[in-house]
Amino acid sequence: MSSKFYLRVAIAALLGHSLNASAANDDDLQVIREQIRQLESRIDQAAAPVTSRGEGAFNPAVSLILGGTYGSLGQDPAIPATGFAMNANPGHQQGFNLGESEMVIAANIDPEYRGVATLALDPAGGMSVENAFVQSSALGHGLNLKFGRFFSGLGYLNELHAHAWDFVDQPLVYATLWENQSGDDGIQLKWLAPTDRFFEIGGEIGRGRGFPGTDTVRNGNGAGVLFAHIGDDIGIEQSWRVGLSLHQTKRADAVSNAVPDLLNTAGGVSNSFSGDSQTAGVDLIWKYAPNGNLRDRYLKLQGEYFRRKENGWLTYNLTTTDSYAVTQSGWYLQGVYQFMPHWRTGLRYDRLDPGVAQVGAMNAGNVINSYAYSPTRTSLMLDYSPSEFSRFRVQLAHDQSRQGLADNQFFLQYIMSLGAHGAHQY
Amino acid sequence: MKKILCAFLLLLISGNVHAALDVFACEPEWAALTQQLAGDKASIYTATGALQDPHRVDARPSLIAKARRADLVVCTGAELEAAWLPLVLRESGNNAIQPGSAGYFEAASAAHMLEVPARLDRAEGDVHAAGNPHIQTDARNFLPIAEALSKRLIQLDPANTAHYQQRLAAFDQQWRSAIAKWEKQAAPLKGVPIIVQHQGFPYLNNWLGLQQVATLEPKPGMEPGAAHLGQVLNGLQQHPARMVLRAAYQDGRPSEWIAERAQIHAVMLPYTVGGTPQAADLFALFDDTIQRLLAGLKN
Repeated sequence: MSSKFYLRVAIAALLGHSLNASAANDDDLQVIREQIRQLESRIDQAAAPVTSRGEGAFNPAVSLILGGTYGSLGQDPAIPATGFAMNANPGHQQGFNLGESEMVIAANIDPEYRGVATLALDPAGGMSVENAFVQSSALGHGLNLKFGRFFSGLGYLNELHAHAWDFVDQPLVYATLWENQSGDDGIQLKWLAPTDRFFEIGGEIGRGRGFPGTDTVRNGNGAGVLFAHIGDDIGIEQSWRVGLSLHQTKRADAVSNAVPDLLNTAGGVSNSFSGDSQTAGVDLIWKYAPNGNLRDRYLKLQGEYFRRKENGWLTYNLTTTDSYAVTQSGWYLQGVYQFMPHWRTGLRYDRLDPGVAQVGAMNAGNVINSYAYSPTRTSLMLDYSPSEFSRFRVQLAHDQSRQGLADNQFFLQYIMSLGAHGAHQY
Repeated sequence: MKKILCAFLLLLISGNVHAALDVFACEPEWAALTQQLAGDKASIYTATGALQDPHRVDARPSLIAKARRADLVVCTGAELEAAWLPLVLRESGNNAIQPGSAGYFEAASAAHMLEVPARLDRAEGDVHAAGNPHIQTDARNFLPIAEALSKRLIQLDPANTAHYQQRLAAFDQQWRSAIAKWEKQAAPLKGVPIIVQHQGFPYLNNWLGLQQVATLEPKPGMEPGAAHLGQVLNGLQQHPARMVLRAAYQDGRPSEWIAERAQIHAVMLPYTVGGTPQAADLFALFDDTIQRLLAGLKN
């Protein structure tokens, strides 16, 4: 303000000076007035505040997600789903716990690259790097490059961060086959076709850090992913996306503890598996909002199916090695309905199939090859979001994932986001 | 067979002929303005409808696919589209339309912004650092925006400079005389006390001299609760209002609740092109807005 004022005075004085020097006539005055007007408008423009500030005016956009849950479970969460003792079992937390709090730092690095880091804050203290990647769309032609540590583009839910989940927990198929989410250190390249309808294909290679990968330490890559997505709108009220994904990794000495066996060994045995793991998946999401206005009401239906084939060598009780092959699969179907602004309810059904294993002769008397049981779970949730940045949730689940150990589970959850609020994925 | 092959080849060729600029407009008003300024030199896709809350849109696959092929993105800016546009642009893999490049145009950068917050705090609700983004409710804002947008069209498509210049000149002239007409029609609205549902009308108020006495949303973006509505109703005894305004995409119930109890008119405004059947283009948008406001004055 004051500098602008002084500039104006200075200009006026200068112009006034020249005015005195020349014998001014009316035309000159007119010209000079016009000059003053133009100069003033230039000063105004120069002094106008910068209105567009990008992602936090050179400081990275920082956001902090505070989340916490209360869990009441009837059964020990360490018990795996029947037939999935050699899979991941992220389980649940009982009682009050801080849950997943995470800090996201993101900014453009230069005109071509953007960096994102997501640091998960461990309730017990300490911090882990959930995501830390660089992405670039500077290649143009519909290409998108990402490298570093990131959640794989497979499936639909896999890329979604925990604070964007519609339920307290991931579906059983994600818990057992991907340990909730498949993340890796590697490179992803996606290509979006120049078509009217959304069609995208992508591939990833990585070290195979996350389950079922066993973190290769040799040169080359430990895991590979291919995916394709196709999607569109139907009128202004509906939209959909369908995806296909393939994941493959070589597992080396993947040890599982407390695996039940045919001999009913107390506490189970430790088995080790080495071999190929190939997973195929299909995902589908459909959304509907009256008039396309998500603010008031919307309905979201989604389902995913994954099927994993493992083929290799199993070392029973870390002593007897013979061939082993199994095909496991699982799916979920869920619907979430926002019935009035700020209020949503959702229902989800989960089902797993442990498959029938082909066990080599040497282990035929040790390893259980068929469980003849399909784990299932039904979850019901209700959430309330006072604003775009806060959410409270209650969830009930009838869990029959463990044969003979049916469990009624109850969860309370809050999710709060502080600071910069990035755009959400579809 | 030969015919089919020929037809197919023709289709392929016509698909490649790229005569027009592909424009991705975030909101219908910018699609309409681009249409005025570019005529048949642009092929325009509108990302949101008049009945959608532009704050709350999904980064849908269809939007990403459309952005992939766009030569120019025309949006409000000022963080109105912050919940979806950054993701759409990133996922599009189109480096011609990223923020900072010639293919990215923010209307707010050419308008004089109101309500730039002195204090950025989420305790104030969903506030925008760059100011209130609902700039399209003041017809005068379209003049500098049209000028800046026309310059951008010329920059991207210099071969048609004369065409764009001529269309801008024509629009400028028509729009100025329309503004004069609207201001004359809206003279009775000067100083009229109003309530608004969402803090979405500061530019309209500033233009036509409406006096806003209350807002139904307790904070921007938060739903009006019963307690707050009661307070507004009580406040009306001291500062009576003539009508309560809302945009076409907003739920009518809070407005109607207060209108019934305070015995005033609930006025739904098109807010953008297509918000009402009458608001079919930019000129009709303001014709209809002013007619609806004037109707709200009647007893």
